[in-house]
Formats: sequence, C-alpha cells, structure tokens
Amino acid sequence: MDVILDNFDRFADGFWITVQLTLLSFVFAFAIGVLIAGFRVSPIPPLRAAGALYVETVRNTPLLVLLILAFFGLPKLGFTWSPFITAVVVMSLYTGAFIAEAVRAGINTVAAGQAEAARALGLTFTQVLGYVVLPQALRSVVQPLGSLFSALVRNTSLAYVISVLDLTGTADRIGNETAQYLPAFIGAFIGYLILTLPAGYVIGVIERRVAVKR
Amino acid sequence: MVKNRLWWLAIVAVIAVAMTAAACGDDDGATGGGETSDVAAMPEFPAGSTMDKLQKAGKITVGTKFDQPLFGLKNPTNDEIEGFDVEIARAVAEGIFGEGNAEGKVEFVETPSKVREARITQGRVDMVVATYTINDDRKKLIAFAGPYYVAGQDIMVRADDDSIAGVEDLNGKKVCSVQGSTSIDNVREQAPQADLSITFDVYSLCAEALADGRVDAVSTDNVILLGLIDAADPDTFKLVGNPFTEEPYGIGVGKDDTEFRTFINDRLEEMYADGTWAQAFEDTVGVVEDETPEPPPVDRY
Repeated sequence: MDVILDNFDRFADGFWITVQLTLLSFVFAFAIGVLIAGFRVSPIPPLRAAGALYVETVRNTPLLVLLILAFFGLPKLGFTWSPFITAVVVMSLYTGAFIAEAVRAGINTVAAGQAEAARALGLTFTQVLGYVVLPQALRSVVQPLGSLFSALVRNTSLAYVISVLDLTGTADRIGNETAQYLPAFIGAFIGYLILTLPAGYVIGVIERRVAVKR
Repeated sequence: MVKNRLWWLAIVAVIAVAMTAAACGDDDGATGGGETSDVAAMPEFPAGSTMDKLQKAGKITVGTKFDQPLFGLKNPTNDEIEGFDVEIARAVAEGIFGEGNAEGKVEFVETPSKVREARITQGRVDMVVATYTINDDRKKLIAFAGPYYVAGQDIMVRADDDSIAGVEDLNGKKVCSVQGSTSIDNVREQAPQADLSITFDVYSLCAEALADGRVDAVSTDNVILLGLIDAADPDTFKLVGNPFTEEPYGIGVGKDDTEFRTFINDRLEEMYADGTWAQAFEDTVGVVEDETPEPPPVDRY
C-alpha cells in the first residue's frame, strides 16, 4: 500500500476533481431534468415531443460512447472544450435525462386535483408547476434522485478515457508508472466509497425530513 | 401421430450423423495435400520444451497490436491482421511447424501497450510481437528475444506547424502519447516541461486529438508515426524527422523460458540470412520507408 501513501497528494487531487465533476454535473443535470420533465408534462405538443426525444435518445446510449463522441466530435463542429468541461457537459446531459424521468414520475404521483385547483385559481402552467406541483413531486422522489446522484459519482469514473485526471484517471496513471495497478485501484476504490457512503446517508436523512406524511 | 414422431426422430438422427461426419472430416488438415511428400518435415524439438508443446498443440498464440498501421493492423474487410510484426511472428511459427506449414496455426490476440507484460505472465499468449521496445524495467517481468528491428522515437505535428524541430521544442507544448509506453517516459526525460496531460490508450486517438488542435504534437516510434500519417488524409500531419532515441523492438516471452528465447533468436538469425526478414520488411514497412535497413544483431543476454 506504499503506492497509495507515496502518491497520496495525487490521489487527493484526483478525488477533488471527481468531487467537482460530480457536483457541477449534478447541479446542471438537476436543472436540465426539471426543465425536461416540465416539457414532457406541458400542454404544448412540440415541447412534449422534444422532451421525449431527448430522454429516449440519451437514456439508451452508453455514457462511454457519448463521452468519446463529444470529445472527438465537438471540435469538428468548432467547440474544442477541455476534457473536464466536455465531461461536465456530457454527464449533465446524460444524468439530466434520468432525472427528468424521475421527476416526471414524481409529478404524476401528485393528485390531479392539485393541478386542477391551481388552474382554477388562475395560475399559469409554469406557476402551477413551480408553486404547487413540483414542491410536492420533488419531496416524493428524493430516494430515486439520491440513487441517481450515487450513480453519477460512479459514472464520473468514465471521464478518464478522455484524459480527465479524476480519481480513476489518477489511479490509472499511477498504476502505469509504477506497474502496481492493484494498490493504485484499491486507492480509487476507497476514494469512491468515501464519496458514496456518506452521500447515501445524507440522502436518507433528507428523505426522512421532507417525506410527505400520509 | 406415432408415424409423424418416428419421421421426426429419423430426420434428427440423420442430421446428427451428417454433422458428426462433417466435423470429423475436417480434422485431417485444412489444405488439400494431406500427408504426402509436398509438406516440409516438421522440425524436432526436445520433449517438454515450449516449441515441442506448441508443435503438439498445433497452435501458437501471438499478441500483436490490431491498430498499428504497418506493424499490426486488423483489416476490416477480411478480419486478417497485417503488418511487419505479424510477418515476423508467422516466420517464427514456421520455425516450429515447418516451412509453409504455419497457415491456420497462428492465432493473434489484440495486445495494447499497457497489457503486453500481463498477457505473457498470465500465459494468455506464447509470445508478444507488438512494437515492443526492449528495456530493463520490462526485463524484470518478462524476457526478450531479438531485437528484430530498431526504430527511433520521433515527433508528429500538424502539416502547417513549423514551430517544433526537435525534442527540446516540446517543452511548454501539449504532447500526446500512450500510458505505459517507453515513448511517454522518454518525453518526460528529454522535455521535462512538456505538457503530457492529454493521453490515451492508443496512438490513433492521439492523432485525432492532434488534428482537433487539442495537442501540438504526438511522440512515439517513427514507424508508428509514419503509419498514422499514412492512414490520415494526405497533408494532415508531418514527421519532424529528428529521432531522439533508439528503440529496439523485441519479441516478449516468459521470463524463465530460456530455451524458447534461444530458439527464437536462432530462428531470427536464420531469417536474416535467408532473406525472409528483408521480404517481411519490404511487404509491410517498406511500403512507406524506401530503404530496407540492415537487421539488428540479436542480443543473447
């Protein structure tokens, strides 16, 4: 395990990159997810279609393929972003699709009477969504969102193929340089547990706090 | 009902017998000659040696690259692997199975730079011929026969970029190479200020990144670069032409198999003397490099 201790500062850097990647991606993914879920339940057919198209396409493609396509394809369209930014964009769009579906499921569990009453009060569609439906919907989907967050932490490991120096990328490089892959990846393994286990606990706490009391 | 069932049983039985007969038929050997005098005699090897075991198994497994133009490249139209490394491996196999007898007995396994040692130590392949530079670190894990070719590390840039004339110019530039290769170590040594943050598992992706402007240079053995230049659209890349290392390519085998290593070295010297080596070179690398060099002397350490 000397490999981990000798290279601890590099592992720490990689860990920090993974944290940044996860948090940034989740924030954008959440925004995208709520927006697309709104599209899918909106009364405007083109928006519904666009939302459905986006979700179905992104959910059914492997993240690895999307990352490589973006990294090598975007420059051909004129966007040469750094590996980190490319990774954030792709992960946000990818996780956003799953969040959209989770939020949409949450919206559907809110009693129809709520939306009808809100409409009757004269609220517009966005107001209905923003003030009445979403607050109730989001409270009921904390667990699915939590597991999507956990999945995102683990998905960020794929960014190493486009040279992002995250935890996995660091472990790979150190493994290469010292020919000691096993200790290096055990280091990465521990690093990811340090992220996912506490996150799981916190999500559980949040869920109990905001649970809808029936 | 009974009649139908009997008919079905009969048909299934006939098909089963026919398939068994067909399968049995193939074991006698793929080519038409059979056991007549056309086939060259199989060399004899001491019992228990690797060569003897391979001969008895009728198969040798070789690790090569599948994505290295001129050395080990899988042809997508026929799934055959082509290149100098491949021809050398086949010629060595002929040393085991006899002149002209290696057809169908050589199985190639894709072996990227990073896993060359693992493939040998795990026994997944019998030898590795994959643009494999000989160095002391690797000799701690496996052994090398050869060298069978000496390349040199060079630099590839975009065709319109004149700012890099040699390895010193790499300082401060973004350079792409492959993890686990001697190439990346040499760049670190000779251009310590070079920016090596963008790396991949294969050189072909480095070429993509160079074309996209993500990096300013790709550095590895010159013949690999020539292959990448050849494979890209004309006038995309150019070779700086100033090699800064000597890269002897060897054949990787198990560390303790001295017998096998000696056999391969003997076979390589035969190939040098009878023109097989030169022919293999001309058919592959020779397409891009006009001068056929002298084969390097093998190192029996």
